[in-house]
Amino acid sequence: MTSSPAASYLPIAVVLLLAVAMGAIVSSLSSLFGPKNPNPVKSTIFEAGSEPAPGTARQRFAVKFYVVALLFIVFDVETVFLYPWAVNFRALGWFGYAEMFVFAATLVVGLVYVWKKGALSWET
Amino acid sequence: MSGFVHGLSYGAVIVTVLMTVTAFSLWFERKLAARMQSRLGPTLVGPAGILQPIADVLKLLQKEDIVPLKADAVLFNLAPPVAVVCAIGVAAAVPFSPTVVAADLDVGVLYVLAIGAVTVLPVFTAGWASNNKLALLGGMRAVAQSVSYEVPLVLAALVPVILAGSMRIGAIVQFQSDHHWFVAWPFFLGIPAFVIFVLAMLAEANRIPFDIPEAESELVAGVTTEYTGMKFALFYMAEYVHTLVASAVASALFLGGWDGGPFRPGLHWMVLKTLFLFAGLYWIRWTLLRFRSDQLMRLCWRYLVPSSIALVATAGVWVVFVG
Amino acid sequence: MNFSVSEAVFLLLAFATVFSASLVIAARNPINSAMALVATFFFLAAIYAQLLAHTIAVLQILVYAGAIMVLFLFVIMLLSLTDLGAPGPRVTFHRVVGGAAAFGLFVALVLALLRWHANPVTGRPGSGLRFGTLEAVGGLLYTRWLLPFEAVSLLLLVAMVGAVVVAKPRV
Repeated sequence: MTSSPAASYLPIAVVLLLAVAMGAIVSSLSSLFGPKNPNPVKSTIFEAGSEPAPGTARQRFAVKFYVVALLFIVFDVETVFLYPWAVNFRALGWFGYAEMFVFAATLVVGLVYVWKKGALSWET
Repeated sequence: MSGFVHGLSYGAVIVTVLMTVTAFSLWFERKLAARMQSRLGPTLVGPAGILQPIADVLKLLQKEDIVPLKADAVLFNLAPPVAVVCAIGVAAAVPFSPTVVAADLDVGVLYVLAIGAVTVLPVFTAGWASNNKLALLGGMRAVAQSVSYEVPLVLAALVPVILAGSMRIGAIVQFQSDHHWFVAWPFFLGIPAFVIFVLAMLAEANRIPFDIPEAESELVAGVTTEYTGMKFALFYMAEYVHTLVASAVASALFLGGWDGGPFRPGLHWMVLKTLFLFAGLYWIRWTLLRFRSDQLMRLCWRYLVPSSIALVATAGVWVVFVG
Repeated sequence: MNFSVSEAVFLLLAFATVFSASLVIAARNPINSAMALVATFFFLAAIYAQLLAHTIAVLQILVYAGAIMVLFLFVIMLLSLTDLGAPGPRVTFHRVVGGAAAFGLFVALVLALLRWHANPVTGRPGSGLRFGTLEAVGGLLYTRWLLPFEAVSLLLLVAMVGAVVVAKPRV
């Protein structure tokens, strides 16, 4: 289709640049056409109409978010390894299947451990 | 330089089409929701209210552009366009017919998933930059939910890759065209994978019943709370474009893409399937209630992740035995 | 000096990478640093794509920009590093050691660059159409590099167990 493999990314890059231009133009339209009457009350944050509660929004968050992120990375990396396996699958046959079985089984053991430890329950 | 011209023309077409479809899907959604709730929906602007989206845009254009006092102005202004760029960037690699595509990459499936995964970053940034407690809470929830559902999404997308033996989306569609659509045969793999893919995709786009990050009854409007005018519109556009493009990806991976069964293949089939799936998602959205955060997480990690791992393993056995 | 188009694109991407990487250090706020790091990842991915390493390019975005960044953000939110407090003494032990290490790395890189001379590349890998594709990477990974691949699963298992032990000490 294309002469060099790198050239196949060129249309993607152009589409992305076009999207960036579109996004930049659209998001600046409001400041071009809209009114500009700033006042101190308007620029405070909105908390359902009442006076903003004291303190900053950027406070410490629960550790459960961290556990979810780490589990996600582990499984993301696992699936990333599954993809090259999937496209070579026909060539590798049962040998490849056994390889991947060992790999995935190790991680399923991990998932079971995490589950039993209760780290998957969002309530706590 | 032909690639440059091709990208430019295709990009212009795709941006225009996506924006138009998004605008009118807003009208369609409001009409559908109204009918489902025995209401009429928009009726005043144009015949049956069809020009309502245009009126909405004109109204949003006249709104003041407000940046909250303690907000991080750079990130606050950067987040909405980046969200749209991510959504459109996915569309660049989705083939609508053998010729109608910006670039059918040979890592196509992974590219689509990768750009889709990055969409969480502008959402989080918007929540953090607003310096609003509700927005930040919405952002954190959105990221936790999106990354959790990313795992079953990636695993479900692996099933067609295993069955077709290729990562190129065009090749996956061609394989289905030569054999069967994956939802038809092997249906015991295709249908569950399709369902998991659609569920995970809804969750990733943060749509009802998975819209806990927005949850207007508790978080005002989630990450979009502090946004006004066109920046607010851009977030909505990103959500709709994301859903639309994800419907297109699902159509290509599971529903045979541009293949028309007994009929001649063509672009219209892909468009028809995409819009059909897109409308189906509206139906789900207006039928179901919102889940709670803990229910969402449980559904993902305890049911969807193990079952999608089992699906991938079964697909492997199937290909070794039969394929 | 006249550049070909691909050289110009590379220089542009390289400059953008270095610039966004310097923003990571320059930003006052950890979240801003993290976002500059995302930009760095993207430009790096573009360089990989230009070098025909398709798989690495996509994985750079999927794993680093999509997954590792989320972990970074959550850790920043967990520790609440946003408030840096009053500036301390300008010269601290950490800064001296860090500065010395950075200088040492710089000297090592310069020495390495001085010893390097452009050899004509033999057997250009880019000429093979399969180079850098997922098929080629997978073909090597699952045959020749089987043991490291299986070891990765153990590493990931340790990471999973570690996360639970760190985050849930009372269970």
